[in-house]
Amino acid sequence: MSIMLDVKDLNVYYGVIHALKGISFHVNKGEIVTLIGANGAGKTTTLQTITGLIPARSGSVMYNGREIIHTPGHQLVANGLAHVPEGRRVFATLSVYQNLMLGAYTRKDKDGIEATLRTVYEHFPRLLERKNQMAGTLSGGEQQMLAMGRALMSNPEMVVLDEPSMGLSPIYVNEIFNIIEKIHDSGVTVLLVEQNANKALSIADRAYVLETGNITIEGAAQDLANDPKVKAAYLSE
Amino acid sequence: MMSFISYLLNGLSLGSVYAIIALGYTMVYGIAKMLNFAHGDILMVGGYAAFIALNSLGLPVPVSVLVSMVVCTLLGITIEKVAYKPLRKANSLSVLITAIGVSYLLQNLAQLIFTANPKSFSSFVGIEPIKLAGGQLTVSGETVVTIFTCVIIVAGLVTFINKTKAGQAMLAVSEDKGAATLMGVDVNGTISLTFAIGSALAAIGGILLCSAYPTLTPTTGAMPGIKAFVAAVLGGIGSIPGAFIGGIILGVLENLAKAYISSKLSDAIVFSVLIIVLLVKPTGILGKKIMEKV
Repeated sequence: MSIMLDVKDLNVYYGVIHALKGISFHVNKGEIVTLIGANGAGKTTTLQTITGLIPARSGSVMYNGREIIHTPGHQLVANGLAHVPEGRRVFATLSVYQNLMLGAYTRKDKDGIEATLRTVYEHFPRLLERKNQMAGTLSGGEQQMLAMGRALMSNPEMVVLDEPSMGLSPIYVNEIFNIIEKIHDSGVTVLLVEQNANKALSIADRAYVLETGNITIEGAAQDLANDPKVKAAYLSE
Repeated sequence: MMSFISYLLNGLSLGSVYAIIALGYTMVYGIAKMLNFAHGDILMVGGYAAFIALNSLGLPVPVSVLVSMVVCTLLGITIEKVAYKPLRKANSLSVLITAIGVSYLLQNLAQLIFTANPKSFSSFVGIEPIKLAGGQLTVSGETVVTIFTCVIIVAGLVTFINKTKAGQAMLAVSEDKGAATLMGVDVNGTISLTFAIGSALAAIGGILLCSAYPTLTPTTGAMPGIKAFVAAVLGGIGSIPGAFIGGIILGVLENLAKAYISSKLSDAIVFSVLIIVLLVKPTGILGKKIMEKV
């Protein structure tokens, strides 16, 4: 198994606040890896640093063997690394179709884009039904689907998902997790940040627990799901 | 009746100039979320560039227009890079004050280079006045060309925004810079492109304005700049059709007020209408409801 994403000793500051205190983790090609942890542990900061939205103070982020820590955010998606941001952040005043096509912004292969669009509509039939509707008028679950579909439009090798189940009804949560598995089955490597640790551990291969800027526990998702400390802190129903 | 139509056409023509300038204001606001108060002065520079190209260098009219557009485009991109880009994360008041500073800088530089003496601008429009209704109504070539140009520009811009990748990227940046970055859109490049387009349009606006009102001074851009800003706000700042509608309304209103009420009060009337519209509909005629982020 080859390492696709390798984060080493990553330090991030917000002003004087030391948000990520030298964390290291990796994602192998073909895996689903999840980062779990409480609010404010640094999960979103980790993802935003990887995809270039927040600058790191020090450390290294290797993607497919290339250092990307100083690569401008907008150049990453063309290298196959797509990010579904926290809070979905769809373009509310644009149509579903326009949102999806913006996902394919860096691609030039017209036929390939058409093919990906068909795949995305297969994953998310709801998006096809609503393709001319303004994204802002969609429900939260539908917006999450759109955010995921938009990321898939770039034909990524790896997707980082930030709290895809946040604020959704249980039915949608199940649907979103099913789709994450489907996306993974189609050959996409997944890095998943979730507060719903139960669900995340149930589909992940490996997991890391993030606590106030440090990784405190790591291992196979199965093992973490049975770890008493993890159970007590994150899996209370 | 004929005089009314004549006033109306002049109003449409003036309104078209306001609209062309307002487009630059509104696009820059929509995408960079800042008011570029130096926009009117870019128009003035465009006027001088066109004047020099045509009168001093003896270039043909189309080439002179092109020279003026290129000069303004480069100026707009440079101003953005030097003065505004370092303030991308600063509060909007700092940016606003900087823009006012740039405005005075351009006016004073122009005064230093060209002196405050007005240059008499020779019209860029070579069309003879058109006589209509058996000679009762004369429409100048400038009026026809200005209205026509404005309509083409608006149609072109709307098509550009809706049908091209760069246009869609602009919409994306306008709504959410972070999300646009995640799509692979180069936000800084998109902002530069917006300034480039807005400034090139300011050049056209300047040439049309000076062709109709042929005195060119370092402050030529100041008042039309403010009026165009008013037009953009009236139509709903950030909206391209809004800038067009706002410009036309403003121009027509100003000309009719001059003709029928008082030429001294026309500006006061125009600005009163702005205040009333904003009291009734604070986001302007076509302005979007501002959505609060939760």
